[in-house]
Amino acid sequence: MAEYIHASGGPIFHIGRYILMIKRCFTRPERAAMYWKETLRQMSNIGVGSVMIIILISFFIGAVSTVQFAYNLSGSMVPMYYVGYIVKESLILELAPTISGLILAGKVGSNLSSELGTMRLTEQIDALEIMGVNTISYLIGPKLAAAITMVPILVIISTITGIIGGLIAGDLTGYVSSTDFTQGVLMSFVAKNIYIMLTKAAVFGFLLTSISCYQGFYSYGSSIEIGKASTRAVVLSSIMVLVADFILAWLLLN
Amino acid sequence: MLKGISTVFEAGKNNLIIGKSGSGKTVLLKCIVGLLTPTDGHIFFDGKDYVAMNMADKVDIRRELGMLFQGGALFDSLTVEENVRFPLDMFTKMSMSDKKDRVNEVLKRVNLVNANNKFPSQLSGGMQKRTGIARAIVMNPKYLFCDEPNSGLDPQTSIVIDELIMEITEEYQITTITNTHDMNSVITNGDKILFLHEGSKHWEGDKVSLFESDNKELIDFIFASDFLKEARDARHDKLIAKLSK
Repeated sequence: MAEYIHASGGPIFHIGRYILMIKRCFTRPERAAMYWKETLRQMSNIGVGSVMIIILISFFIGAVSTVQFAYNLSGSMVPMYYVGYIVKESLILELAPTISGLILAGKVGSNLSSELGTMRLTEQIDALEIMGVNTISYLIGPKLAAAITMVPILVIISTITGIIGGLIAGDLTGYVSSTDFTQGVLMSFVAKNIYIMLTKAAVFGFLLTSISCYQGFYSYGSSIEIGKASTRAVVLSSIMVLVADFILAWLLLN
Repeated sequence: MLKGISTVFEAGKNNLIIGKSGSGKTVLLKCIVGLLTPTDGHIFFDGKDYVAMNMADKVDIRRELGMLFQGGALFDSLTVEENVRFPLDMFTKMSMSDKKDRVNEVLKRVNLVNANNKFPSQLSGGMQKRTGIARAIVMNPKYLFCDEPNSGLDPQTSIVIDELIMEITEEYQITTITNTHDMNSVITNGDKILFLHEGSKHWEGDKVSLFESDNKELIDFIFASDFLKEARDARHDKLIAKLSK
């Protein structure tokens, strides 16, 4: 991990510059309409552009979880409808937000980092600076706003798709009937778990976007440097998603 | 990197910064526009010290600057029209029809017609420079900065771009500062020329005095080949007479 942190300057330097970048994201926009337009564009990029991969992966995560839980419970005294309950709770509390966070760290993180890196390399960021635009606020602020809004929505989609995947897999393999699975899913509802899921999703969205934007915005040099920045963005975002997952689980479940 | 550079750029004229690659031209230009902050020294715009200003005042000055970048620096995701309209969208409260009129006016001025809906990737190098110039002048700036406006262009297109910059400078009464090592630009556009060598000012003058200078580094830079040196000696008087017109 050290090689990723020490790309240029020490960790304290990067943390300080990252905090200043975040602070500048929340300054008053020059023209709100332009920022709003950019936010909508980013919501489409980050949200709509990631729906299919989230659906696909979540479906199989739900399916595999169902088969494995059913396998572990088979032959025990625990009724099979519990599989539905366990899959639902696992998806809500851990699998949907974390897996979505990791998928998005790869897909969205590398995309944002290379977009900003290319803008830096081709002097588009300098052009904005010369015009008097607050570049951090205009280029990164809307991406953060879009991610904090869209990642929770993607996680909700992921949870629903995972449950559907589990339902279909249970029925197809014959481990759990759809009636049992549905009974398990509907067995209880803990609102706090939904709150934890959405909090995790928003925090992951913020982290993966801000880290990736930081890497891209401050990449200098050649196209090789942009490639390295993208790799750093994905690696650091993924690590920070997992660290934040642990901290949030610890804080919110206590 | 830069040391001992003191100069005054002439208002409403074409000012050129020339010098070899690595002589500090781009660094000087970036310092003047505020993309780099000098560790020492002052830069004055109309008597106001740009280096010592707070960010809000700097932004006010930046709204009076237009800049043409070496590679155009056009926004990839926007069309030509949207690129040129961007500063108007961001900083003015003009109606959409007024903005479109203004965009069409400057695009016509840079001889770029029927390209409004094209994306930068669909444009030639010359068209990208024209779009860059249109975007730089759309807000009626007081100062126009051009970083290597001829780089990557064929000689004929280079001349067209040089002439365009010259015409715009005169027509809009802009103070233009161009960073170049293109000989044709030096000869045609050099109302005031600042020659940098190894990070310091070695000579300043205009396109006429350029040919009378005995500064060795300047002569070696301008008349790089033996052919040009011989041509200079042979046609010296004729050339001076032509430039003086």
